[in-house]
Amino acid sequence: MSATQAASDNVLIARIAQGDRLAMQVLYGRHHVRVFRFGLRLVRDEQVAEDLISEVFFDVWRQAGKFEGRSAVSTWLLAITRFKALSALRRRKDVELDDEVANAIKDTSDDPEAAMQKKDTGAALRKCLTALSPEHREIVDLVYYHERSVEDVAEIVGIPENTVKTRLFYARKKLAELLKAAGVERGWP
Amino acid sequence: MMATRRKMLGQEPSEMEMLLPFHVAGTLNARDARRVNEALVRDPALAQQYAAIQEEYAETIHLNESLGAPSTRAMQKLFAAIDAEPARKPSVSSNISARIAGFFAGLSTRTLALSASLGALVLLLQAGVIGAVLMKNQSASYQTASLSMNEPTTRALGPEAPPRALVRFAPDARVADITALLDSYQASIVDGAKGGLFRLQFGNKPMMRDEITALMSRLQNEKIVSLAVATP
Repeated sequence: MSATQAASDNVLIARIAQGDRLAMQVLYGRHHVRVFRFGLRLVRDEQVAEDLISEVFFDVWRQAGKFEGRSAVSTWLLAITRFKALSALRRRKDVELDDEVANAIKDTSDDPEAAMQKKDTGAALRKCLTALSPEHREIVDLVYYHERSVEDVAEIVGIPENTVKTRLFYARKKLAELLKAAGVERGWP
Repeated sequence: MMATRRKMLGQEPSEMEMLLPFHVAGTLNARDARRVNEALVRDPALAQQYAAIQEEYAETIHLNESLGAPSTRAMQKLFAAIDAEPARKPSVSSNISARIAGFFAGLSTRTLALSASLGALVLLLQAGVIGAVLMKNQSASYQTASLSMNEPTTRALGPEAPPRALVRFAPDARVADITALLDSYQASIVDGAKGGLFRLQFGNKPMMRDEITALMSRLQNEKIVSLAVATP
């Protein structure tokens, strides 16, 4: 994200704080897809993720006046999305789903499908990325897809900067293990 | 060969290994990016990991992009909720700050740079003029900061500065009342409001102690003043 867009996001937030509906539409247009995808990767349910983005942007509408601009607006949006997604997950109480998916990945190593996966490392990688725990998924997405810095991730997730680095390292290690179980050997770790 | 050695010894990951994903995503600062680049040249195991991370990075983007976009239902729901909210009254102060922010955001980088350079030039000229005036009024002799041969070595017995006081205004005091009070006492606010207290200065001339006491007692009797204490 460019510095110009960040500055312009701040102007939008100032206008939203004044009750400017048009500014809200522009901000929504700019960020709703990324917010939706980040939320969807956490809650794994399109309906829930759609409800989530309405809630996130409604919070922005209400809280814009309190935004202090210490971080980028996009960082703030992701932090709200994460908070809302975790609340939705707690409500659904289906976190055990992650273990089921992880097991499913291990099972596929014996399938004929595994042979295909060996040929297509990319597809295997994408499948294994979906099998990571929510904690690992969010950090991988924030760093790789949302291109957030160590400092930004620390703020969004609410953990120290060093923990951001180590958590991502262990997320990658877990990814390599899942890939190995699916028959893809990358020589690391 | 730090990454290789770490792997053999089963130790914790090195700092460079942990920075690699951020380097691939381009979010490291210049210093760390340079350090990682240097380490990549030195350490083939690190370079191998770097290639694997590039693959992870590309596939994570691929995966997220394949998730599509939300339906218009989300937007409709949001704006229905916004429309149901009571209308907001824009506050004057935030309106001004929004305008200022908008003004600066509207300026191009070149215009901003030019304005900053112009500001710096004005400051430089001002410093030059002040410097010239000082040089004209002073002889070029050595002088310590603590002792001036032209000043008396004894301290004055009476007060040397105009009196000051810490004042707390009543919660229902209006701005017009405060302004009128400041005018009638020839006072000005020199600092505030820390903890609701304003530091006021009265006039430009020093006063004797009994004059200050009388002034404080008069001030304390004002309807819009809840506290007045003389300060040095």
